Amino acid sequence: MRTATTVIIGAGQSGLAFSKELADRSIDHVLIERGEVANSWRKERWDSLQLLTPNWQSRLPGYAYRGIDPDGYMTMPAVTRFLQDYAAHIGAPVETGTTVSSVTASESGYRIVTNRGEWRCATLVLANGACNVAVVPKVAEGLPPAVTSLTPMQYRNPDQLEDGGVMVVGASATGIQLAQEIQAAGRQVTLSVGEHVRVPRLYRGRDIKWWMDATGVMDMHYTEVDDVKRARRVPSLQLVGSLERATLDLNTLSRNGVEVVGRLAGLRDGRAQFSGSLKNLCALADLKMNRLLDGIDEWVSKAGRESEFEPAHRFAPTRVDSDPPLGKDLTDGSVKTVIWATGYRPDYSWLHVPVLDRKGRIRHDGGVALDAPGLYVMGLPFLRRRKSSFLDGAGDDARDLADHLSAGLRRAAA
Amino acid sequence: MTTAQTISPDVDNGVNVAALIDAREALEAAPEAAQFKWRATCEWVNGTHSRSTVEGFFGLGEEQSRGKTFTVEADHPEVFAAEDNAATPVEIVLSGLASCLTAGVAAVAQHRGIQLRSVKATIEGDMDLQGILGIDDEVRNGFGTIRVNFDIDADASEDDLKALVAQSQKRSAVFDIVTNPTNVFVTVG
Ligand SMILES: Cc1cc2nc3c(=O)[nH]c(=O)nc-3n(C[C@H](O)[C@H](O)[C@H](O)COP(=O)(O)OP(=O)(O)OC[C@H]3O[C@@H](n4cnc5c(N)ncnc54)[C@H](O)[C@@H]3O)c2cc1C
Repeated sequence: MRTATTVIIGAGQSGLAFSKELADRSIDHVLIERGEVANSWRKERWDSLQLLTPNWQSRLPGYAYRGIDPDGYMTMPAVTRFLQDYAAHIGAPVETGTTVSSVTASESGYRIVTNRGEWRCATLVLANGACNVAVVPKVAEGLPPAVTSLTPMQYRNPDQLEDGGVMVVGASATGIQLAQEIQAAGRQVTLSVGEHVRVPRLYRGRDIKWWMDATGVMDMHYTEVDDVKRARRVPSLQLVGSLERATLDLNTLSRNGVEVVGRLAGLRDGRAQFSGSLKNLCALADLKMNRLLDGIDEWVSKAGRESEFEPAHRFAPTRVDSDPPLGKDLTDGSVKTVIWATGYRPDYSWLHVPVLDRKGRIRHDGGVALDAPGLYVMGLPFLRRRKSSFLDGAGDDARDLADHLSAGLRRAAA
Repeated sequence: MTTAQTISPDVDNGVNVAALIDAREALEAAPEAAQFKWRATCEWVNGTHSRSTVEGFFGLGEEQSRGKTFTVEADHPEVFAAEDNAATPVEIVLSGLASCLTAGVAAVAQHRGIQLRSVKATIEGDMDLQGILGIDDEVRNGFGTIRVNFDIDADASEDDLKALVAQSQKRSAVFDIVTNPTNVFVTVG
C-alpha cells in the first residue's frame, strides 16, 4: 500500500490543473489515471471532432496555447498533445494504466483500490470527468431490435454505420455535429430536438466564446446565479469548431436536408413519437440567444467600444415546419441506426463514500463534497463557475479548491 | 447577463411566489410528497350529456379533501343531433390547456416582476371528423393542430412577453399532456 497526502483520480485538464496547484503549495500527491494523460480526448471522441472553444481559450495554470492560429479549434490529436505537453511541463506525477475500482472512507482519509495496488490519502480529488457515460433515455427500451443503437462514445465516423437512415436524438453540441456529418455523408438524418441553446459562431466579428469570456458570462460564480441547480443542467451550446468558423444551427441543418422533429417522447409498437412542443423549444432558444446578444450589445455600448466591432444585428428566427411530423415508423427499414446524443454523466460506481444524492450526483458546495471532509470534485458543469466544465475553467476552480484543501490540512496539523 | 428573477414587492398578480418556491424546496427534499393523483368521476346523464364531479385528490403523502365539490358538464352541439347542454369534451380540453397556460403566465410574470393588467388566451383546435366518424382510418380522432394566441397587457417588452408565454408552455402540465403520449388504462367493473 502506498500513501500520498492527496490522490487525484483522473489526468485530464481537471486533474492536471489541480496537480499544478498542489505542487505550487508543496503538497505531495499522485494522479491515478486508467489510461494515459488526456484519455477521454484520445479514446472517447469521434474522429472529426474539433474543440468548440477557440485555441486561445485553452488556458491552464501557468500554460497556454502558443501556436500560430489562436482563433482555430483543436483536433483531438492536438488537444491530446496540448495536455501531454502540459503534464510534462508541470512534471505531473501520473500513474498511468491504473484503474480505480473502489474508494472508501478510512479513519484518516480515503482508501483507494486500483488494479495496481492500494493507496491511502488524507484528501481526495475526483477529477474523473463529467462525461464518463453517455446517458440513454428510458424510452430507448422500445427500440425495435432491427435498429442499431449507438452512443456518441461508440460513434467514430459515418462509415461505421449500416447503410440507411439515421435518427439522432438530441440537438445540443454533440447531436447537431453528428447530424451534420452524417447527413453530409449522404445519409438521411432525422434530428429529434429537445431543449437546446442556440448561439451563432461569430457575432459582430468575434467568436461567441470571446464575447462570453469578455462580458464575464463564463466567469459567473455559482453563488451569483439565480438557480444553480437549473444552471448545472443547461445543455451544451449548439456550436461546432471548424475551419470555416461556421454557425451550425437548426436552420443550417434543415437547409442541408436534415429532417428536424420534436423531442422523442415515446417508442411504441415500432413507432417513434415526437412531442408537439418543437415550436416552443425553438422560440425559447431564439429568445434566449437574443438575450445573450442584447447583453453583449449593452456591454459594448457601456464600454464605449462600438467602433471596435461590426454593427449589432439579429439572426433569422428558427424556422419550424408548420406541421412537423409527430411520429416515425422505425420498422419500415428507413431508419437503420439511432444515435443517443442525449447527454453524458460521470461514473461513480466505484465510489463507496456516502456523498451521492438519490440521482447519483455528488452532493457538493462548489466542488467541496458535503459530509466527506477532504473530498473534492472537479470538472462538473457550473461546479464553481459557468466555465467549470471547460478547459479554460479548470485553472480557477483548481486554485480555489487547492486553497480550501491546504487550509484543511493546516487545520488538521495544528 | 441572465434576466434577473427578482421577486418584486410592488408587483401583484395574485400569485404567492414565495410560497411556490418554498413548496418547490420542500418537495425536492421529500420527493414522495410530490407524488400526486388527480381524480374525477363522470356520470352519464342522457344522450351525450354527462356530469363529472371533482372533489379530493392525493398529494403531500395523504388524501386531500377540499370540503367542496366541483362539477363539469359536457354534451355535444345540435349539429351532432345532441341537446347542447354544455361544452363538448374537446372544448373542455382546449379550456384546460388555455387555463393551464394562463395560470403559468401569471406565475412566471409574478416571478419575473411583471405586473399584468389583462391576459386573454384564444384557442382553436382543428379536427377532421372523418377520424371519429370512422370514415378514414388515416385520420386521427384528435386535434390535428392546436393554436393559442395570447393578448397580454402589461408593462413589459414584446420579447419579455414572448418569453413569459414560452416559459409558461415549458412548465405547463396540460401542454405536456397534449403534446406528448401518455399510457391510458381503461378497465371495466
Ligand atoms: C464531445 C465533447 C466535446 C467537448 N468539447 C469541449 C471543447 O470544445 N472545449 C472545452 O473546453 N471543453 C469541451 N468539452 C468538455 C470538457 O472539456 C471535457 O469533457 C474534458 O474531457 C473534461 O476534462 P476533465 O479533466 O474534467 O475530465 P476528463 O478529460 O474526462 O478526464 C478524466 C480522466 O479520468 C480518468 N478516469 C475516469 N475514471 C477513472 C477510474 N475509475 N480510474 C482511473 N482513472 C479514471 C479518465 O481516463 C480520464 O483521463 C467536451 C466534452 C465532450 C464530451
